[in-house]
Amino acid sequence: MIEISQFDSRPTCGRLALDPRARTHLVAAEDEGVGAILDIFTGASDARSRAILLYAETGDRGAPRSDSLVGLGWAAFHPAASRSALLADLDGVLDAATMGTRLYAAGSESFVGAVIARAAGFGVVPQSVIAEKRGSLARRVQCVHCKHVAEAVTVSPYRCPGCGQSLLVRDHFSRRLSAFQGVRIDAEMPGDIPPAQELTR
Amino acid sequence: MTLHFKKESFRDDFTFSNSREAIRRFPFPFEKDEYMYSVNIEQHMPGPAKSPFEFPIDIDEHYVAEMHDRALVLKEDPGRCQSLPHMITAEWDLVELLMESMAKHYPEHFQLTRDGDAWHWINRPLGIDQRFTFGDTATLPHPPMEYITRQCQGDFALLDQRLGNLWMDSGMITGQADWSLDFDIGMNFMEWHAPVPLAKDMGVFERALKFLLNLQQGRPVRRLNWTMTINPRLDTSPENYDKWGRDRTTVTPENVGDKVHLRVELQAMWRLPRSNAIVFSIRAYMISMNELVTVPKWARRFHRVLRDVRGELAEYKGLSRYRDTTVAWLARYDDGAPTSPGFAPD
Repeated sequence: MIEISQFDSRPTCGRLALDPRARTHLVAAEDEGVGAILDIFTGASDARSRAILLYAETGDRGAPRSDSLVGLGWAAFHPAASRSALLADLDGVLDAATMGTRLYAAGSESFVGAVIARAAGFGVVPQSVIAEKRGSLARRVQCVHCKHVAEAVTVSPYRCPGCGQSLLVRDHFSRRLSAFQGVRIDAEMPGDIPPAQELTR
Repeated sequence: MTLHFKKESFRDDFTFSNSREAIRRFPFPFEKDEYMYSVNIEQHMPGPAKSPFEFPIDIDEHYVAEMHDRALVLKEDPGRCQSLPHMITAEWDLVELLMESMAKHYPEHFQLTRDGDAWHWINRPLGIDQRFTFGDTATLPHPPMEYITRQCQGDFALLDQRLGNLWMDSGMITGQADWSLDFDIGMNFMEWHAPVPLAKDMGVFERALKFLLNLQQGRPVRRLNWTMTINPRLDTSPENYDKWGRDRTTVTPENVGDKVHLRVELQAMWRLPRSNAIVFSIRAYMISMNELVTVPKWARRFHRVLRDVRGELAEYKGLSRYRDTTVAWLARYDDGAPTSPGFAPD
């Protein structure tokens, strides 16, 4: 039986909400995260004029979502073709950021984690980031044995691409690595591997 | 006090054992016949002579062998020792704390001479004679925390204090009971304790954190924690769980006495003077069931504790596969007689 428990190290995030005191809204979104951005910025033209938007479209699902973002009067809009390109843009923006900047992140849990971890390198307190999870439930998981990081794990146990062992996905989450922890599931009884279950939350 | 250091191993052929004296001074952690979590923190005051609490840093007969095992672990996996850059002041604080304490209480084995920042450290058991400049990392062969913790028994974590929390931002963790520094580094107190069952709902972590945030210089504190290990293996890390996990299925009624070990952690915490960080030391002591039952009170009591420990706790501590076999074995040493209060042998 697989126990997928809720641990305190897994960040919970609610819904995006505008910080009225922010001088600059620095917004990072990926794929379905767009919906959360539109929810708070659509009726807020004043906020949009002080918002720097970074958006990565990684899926290939018909019309690009960025169509709904352009022409909304952002202070700056940086579309990116991949998450890593967005994070590189984010480095540049954070490097030049001034007091009063509030960071927002919207997208999959894996994306939100990556933004928070990246910003922490610039002294942004992780708890200060306003974040909302939208879209894929896939998780980024680090194998505790060989340290390989699998980017989009959707089931537990999964086969580690690094060492080939079957890993249980623990809810234990490292903000620094922006990853969950994978531990060999049959270490005590080799070969005793239960069927994989979908990660549903 | 002159110690005789044993030649023994914590892997492969597992030649580790305790002398009669080491059994006698074992920090048995149960003061009653039952166990549940509590905020069991007390002042780290000097304890009885020859006990593990006599001095702030306890060095014993396993010192040289444990340091050899640490070197083997680090060779295979250097990630067991990590430190975030802002912890460098705390690392030097730790050098001072450990060298001062070891030299003061074990002068036959360790010697420290200070002349301003020019320090001279002699470690006789490990054959080390080192002159260095305190505060200048380039004058040591390893970064300061790694340098001194390669020479001191126990795992060490350095906790930074900010935002009303403690952050595990440094550590030398080579003999751990199934947690990963490489994964946990950078976490706060609540985050790294997240996998522990039951205790959170009891408010244990909230109270312990509040207590530690107010820890004062010169007033260290300690607590005991326990788990069990099959074979006297120090490195029960999650990194190597794929190698040692199956040991848990090897316990039989015939080998309980040799294979099953009670593992006690003496956890001590100090506030550091320059960095305001906290040292969290986790000093592990192991005792086989054969050794444990040479003390009749401990045999009776441990039988009762292990028999009655709650299921979630047994599962978390990884005891489930061999608990029944061990309890049945221990039952032969429990005649039902009452046990006296407190930890000590009768």
